[in-house]
Amino acid sequence: MKLKVRYFASLREKIGKDAEEIELPAEVSTIAALRAHLRARGGAWAEALAESRLLRTALNQDMAQPAAELKAGDEVAFFPPVTGG
Amino acid sequence: MRISVQEEDFDLGAEVKKISGNPRIGAVASFVGLVRDVEMTLEHYPGMTERAITKIVEEAKARWQVMDCTVIHRFGALKPNDQIVLVAVASSHRGDAFAACEFIMDYLKTQAPFWKKEQTAEGTRWVEAKTSDDKAADRWEERKPDAV
Repeated sequence: MKLKVRYFASLREKIGKDAEEIELPAEVSTIAALRAHLRARGGAWAEALAESRLLRTALNQDMAQPAAELKAGDEVAFFPPVTGG
Repeated sequence: MRISVQEEDFDLGAEVKKISGNPRIGAVASFVGLVRDVEMTLEHYPGMTERAITKIVEEAKARWQVMDCTVIHRFGALKPNDQIVLVAVASSHRGDAFAACEFIMDYLKTQAPFWKKEQTAEGTRWVEAKTSDDKAADRWEERKPDAV
């Protein structure tokens, strides 16, 4: 399954990437699984997406929980807690 | 209802006037957030930002009598004392206008995808989210309109 992943703010800087198209194996079907899949790249990815790190996620531009199910063509975003206003 | 995510500054007086035309409006409550202390750059998630603010305003309209509403949030490079955010709510009465304005601001702080990066003499740093902002948003969960 193919989808788009986006990264923002400090997370974007740590991994040096703001977006990518990614082809996922069938078993990666939730946001939490996607996070673990990306973490397995090691290096800056393992550190920036570590389980201990508090991150928010969005699915198709709505805030989403780690258990949210993914489907082909989705846009998933990872970012730190927001600080606007 | 107008929601704008923009680099340009805004004029509070002009924005309040724009939503005050209806003769049934008896109150406009507005809030302006300013940059405090240091220069900063605001990043956001184009598309999701407008969507998130729209959802917050829709929720406010479901809870209170809101006749019109404007939310403007800036992004890009900002200096101390620059305006960052405007929330203005028009209603028949002040109670609804005050409450809806504060509600929108509290939720915007925790739900709208903006991130502040400060520039200080020591370098740049991303601002950490505050748990007090989560608490400010959470308290509305127990404060439905009937209880206000």
